[in-house]
Amino acid sequence: MPDNLAFNGGQKQTLLLAIHSKLQFGLILVCFCSISPIAALEISGYGAIESLSFFHPPLDPQQHAHYLSIAIEPEFYHAWDEGLQSLVFVPYYRLSQHDSSRSHFDIRELTWLKVADDWELKVGIRKEFWGVSEAQHLVDIINQTDLVENSDTEDKLGQPMINLSLIQDWGTLDLYLLTGFQTRTFAGRAGRLRSFPAIDVDAEEFEKHGLEKHLAYAFRWSHSVANWDIGISHFYGTSRDPSLRRNIDKAGQTRLIPYYEMIHQTGLDLQLTLESVLWTLETIVRSGQGKTYFASTAGFEYSFYNLLGSALDIGIVSEYLYDSRGSHAPVVFQDDFLVALRFALNDIQSTELLAGVIFDRRHHTRFYNIEASRRLGDHWKIELEARFFSVGDNHDPAFIFRKDDHLRLELRYYF
Amino acid sequence: MKHLGLLIIVSLFSAPVFALTAAEKGLQIILELDKRDTGFGDTQATLTMRLMNRKGGHSLRSLKINTLEVIGDGDKSLIIFHTPRDIKGTAFLSYTHALVPDEQWLYLPALKRVKRISSSNKSGPFLGSEYAFEDLTSFEVAKYDAKYLRDETIEGIVCFVIELTPRYEHSGYTKQLAWIDQDRYIVLKIDYYDRKSALLKTQLFSHYQHYLNQYWRADEQLMSNHQNGKSTALHWQGYHFGLGFTARNFDKSTLKRAR
Repeated sequence: MPDNLAFNGGQKQTLLLAIHSKLQFGLILVCFCSISPIAALEISGYGAIESLSFFHPPLDPQQHAHYLSIAIEPEFYHAWDEGLQSLVFVPYYRLSQHDSSRSHFDIRELTWLKVADDWELKVGIRKEFWGVSEAQHLVDIINQTDLVENSDTEDKLGQPMINLSLIQDWGTLDLYLLTGFQTRTFAGRAGRLRSFPAIDVDAEEFEKHGLEKHLAYAFRWSHSVANWDIGISHFYGTSRDPSLRRNIDKAGQTRLIPYYEMIHQTGLDLQLTLESVLWTLETIVRSGQGKTYFASTAGFEYSFYNLLGSALDIGIVSEYLYDSRGSHAPVVFQDDFLVALRFALNDIQSTELLAGVIFDRRHHTRFYNIEASRRLGDHWKIELEARFFSVGDNHDPAFIFRKDDHLRLELRYYF
Repeated sequence: MKHLGLLIIVSLFSAPVFALTAAEKGLQIILELDKRDTGFGDTQATLTMRLMNRKGGHSLRSLKINTLEVIGDGDKSLIIFHTPRDIKGTAFLSYTHALVPDEQWLYLPALKRVKRISSSNKSGPFLGSEYAFEDLTSFEVAKYDAKYLRDETIEGIVCFVIELTPRYEHSGYTKQLAWIDQDRYIVLKIDYYDRKSALLKTQLFSHYQHYLNQYWRADEQLMSNHQNGKSTALHWQGYHFGLGFTARNFDKSTLKRAR
């Protein structure tokens, strides 16, 4: 579900340089791998073909009605030292028709892991997820969003880091040194969904430069006590979601430029699990992007299991999404409700369906989302996503999506 | 096993064997069964599930199960999925308890997300198989009311037949009938009765192996659903005992990197 698509931006970095430095890092780890005793290298992953179709003609003639693309994500895994050390390498590549910004390479993971009795050390490129909510992930901040992948913001770019986890009776304390900032990926001029004009990723600007731009620091304390799961986190560094600045270039054209500030963000994620109900809360306080603000997602998921004697489960998800900046908030969700139904057939093919609507109380925009998936045989899986926007007024940041109703169909082969 | 102490005291002060009520004898049998399986510490095993439909089609699941015995409470277990490939790396962590709700977390590798899930879903199918979640959790005396019914011989083995009534909430069964080998105190067969008290499933245990000179584990299990005609066969391999697991091998940090 698109959160900050409209007014948060990222910039296509000097891609070749990034790939070069990633490959260099890759080679170092590969060499390191080769000196350890080669037991078994496990190879798995998937390849996918995707069709993305839009129901309405685009607002900009440079855009298209239909996009085909292919993607591959292999995983190489090797463990030794009785499983206490391991290396994992997950490169990713997507090749997309029409939109060259969507064709991209990333190293999702390239990590050395060392496990001890009361600590774990992870060094390399990784993805880390924090949070409990469904509609949006406010607390989750370690990785940059790979927005060209999917407007739901759940795809992430690999983040280089050193992560030390201290595992104690009083919970787990994770310390992070994040080494290397990546800008957000955005659809290009020929792509959808995007702003108007398209975000000019070549003109990106930063509050800090050099090492200060690249280094970020974070910690998270998390613990489970009886029915409660709690996490408290803090992040300091270059914001993963930029502000967007509008200016006029020399040719007199309006440009939208992503500007990445230094921010502090404190986060709380909390879940109470009571019988068939999961109560969830995510709250953040962020400073560094204009006035300090507060945002929150709170809600529940109630599940009915084995309905009518069948294996069918139905879950009801409801969440309220709030941002203290109100109508000034440069995000789509500031005073919104989510209501969704989740169906799990619990059949051999693991057929699932999620259908939901997020409605904006201020602008009366409604955003409908349907996601379904089903395994075919033992190696294939088909996934469908349909998204519809019913935009209330042109003051809503979601106004730019008014012609972007679409259907995404993906067929994956897992190996 | 919260009430184990109390139950033992109750059984010690009960009348001599010939005068035992059906409930007392039932309790005595499951206490003995539980006692003989106590002290195994930890295990690791690989499980292959074969899901078969009425037309003879089948689908395979493979997973690894680590278990830590918790004396005085339910066991902890970590289940790691290997196939089907699309759920490879998915892992399920469970702290079972006798009567208070279990604690369960699911790790979703694509999102790198650990999600605490409701443990009320006891009667739902496990991975689309004929096994329900509650069929795969550890046996705890306090979870059932037991009643001895009769002696019966199956395949030349003299068995106790006992009736088990789940005392925990959200069970999909009104009762289970279990056939227990009188010599080895191991389960050979279980009939499951659904919420309408109709026979739902039969589970057969075979190819028992003896480990550490004390613990019996069935290499083969077959669960047949009488109502939908489907069945699921379990094949256990590579049983290891005494790996030295601790609670640390069953925490959320381990869940996120389990293979």
